Amino acid sequence: MAGSMGRALINFPPKARKGDVIEIRTLLSHPMETGFRPDSYGRLIPRDIVNRFECLFNGEPVFACDLFSAISANPFMAFTMTATQSGELVFRWKDDTGAVMEEKRRFEVE
Amino acid sequence: MRAALFVLSLGAASAALAEIPADQRKSGADFMSAQTRAMQNDDATNPAMLSVLDGESRWSAKAGAGAKSCADCHGPAETSMKGVAARYPAFDAESGRPIDLAGRINSCVETRQQAQPLKPESPGLLALTAYVALQSRGMPVAPPSDERLASFRARGEELWRQRFGQLNFSCAQCHDDNWGRKLGSAPIPQAHPNAYPIYRLDWQGMGSLQRRLRNCMSGVRANAYPYGAPEFVDLELYLMQRAAGMPMETPGVRP
Repeated sequence: MAGSMGRALINFPPKARKGDVIEIRTLLSHPMETGFRPDSYGRLIPRDIVNRFECLFNGEPVFACDLFSAISANPFMAFTMTATQSGELVFRWKDDTGAVMEEKRRFEVE
Repeated sequence: MRAALFVLSLGAASAALAEIPADQRKSGADFMSAQTRAMQNDDATNPAMLSVLDGESRWSAKAGAGAKSCADCHGPAETSMKGVAARYPAFDAESGRPIDLAGRINSCVETRQQAQPLKPESPGLLALTAYVALQSRGMPVAPPSDERLASFRARGEELWRQRFGQLNFSCAQCHDDNWGRKLGSAPIPQAHPNAYPIYRLDWQGMGSLQRRLRNCMSGVRANAYPYGAPEFVDLELYLMQRAAGMPMETPGVRP
């Protein structure tokens, strides 16, 4: 476990043919505290959001984005990739506490 | 004699007030947008599955004085917990009262594992409850016919029809008499407890049936019972009876 990040659900077709466009879906558990909410004493709760997500395939970037305050807790992201060869997908999330969470998955092309 | 009186009063109550006929019963999911339903129906997008994953690892995590895990006694949840959530609340001989699923899990944590009991609505308790309840997904709600539960169930129905709060509404007035209509912009569902614990988009997180009932109570400006109050278990007992036969949906997503 890293910072407020707990678990990630990652979903994509286990196997694909060369040239197929596959959809990759990720769901990360994170409170995404906006920084605008007061606690019961009226003090602002410090912002703690995932501010960067990236996905790499064999070291090459597939998808990356910056995230901001208006994104719900447990952010869900879906994007596509063209299947070219078998290899390793790396998913990386970074939050405001500086914590980084990384998940790796094997992807097979028939 | 007492039991007979309860049965009598129960019969009179259901004859006098409109209960939803079996063929018109609808899950809360039927009142949601297609998008929210799709989110619930796909385990890759259902955010409650994050809590279920947490529950799965807690199931086999050793804890307490005996350093035992749930799995050490119960084995794999897929077999031992199948159908269990569909039968709860059940009668707890020790306390002489019905107990809900989260209460049963917590009493196991305290007495069998000899660990610190989990706080109501804590992520750990919700996760374990959701993981256990997932094992009943798709199975029909099957309230036990245990006679010792009858008086508590009748008390639950009484609470269901009891007007309370500054707005002076009962649960039944909205959820039996006016389901399908709108309250503000939101549709009024039938209040079936077959998907709990749920991930509620409004909460941005998981919550139990008790949390949902507390929401409704503060909605009618009543003093909500505290978590773990026996009234909540009685109400759940009645609601499960009212939803008997409907498929379990846990872990549900609700708007």
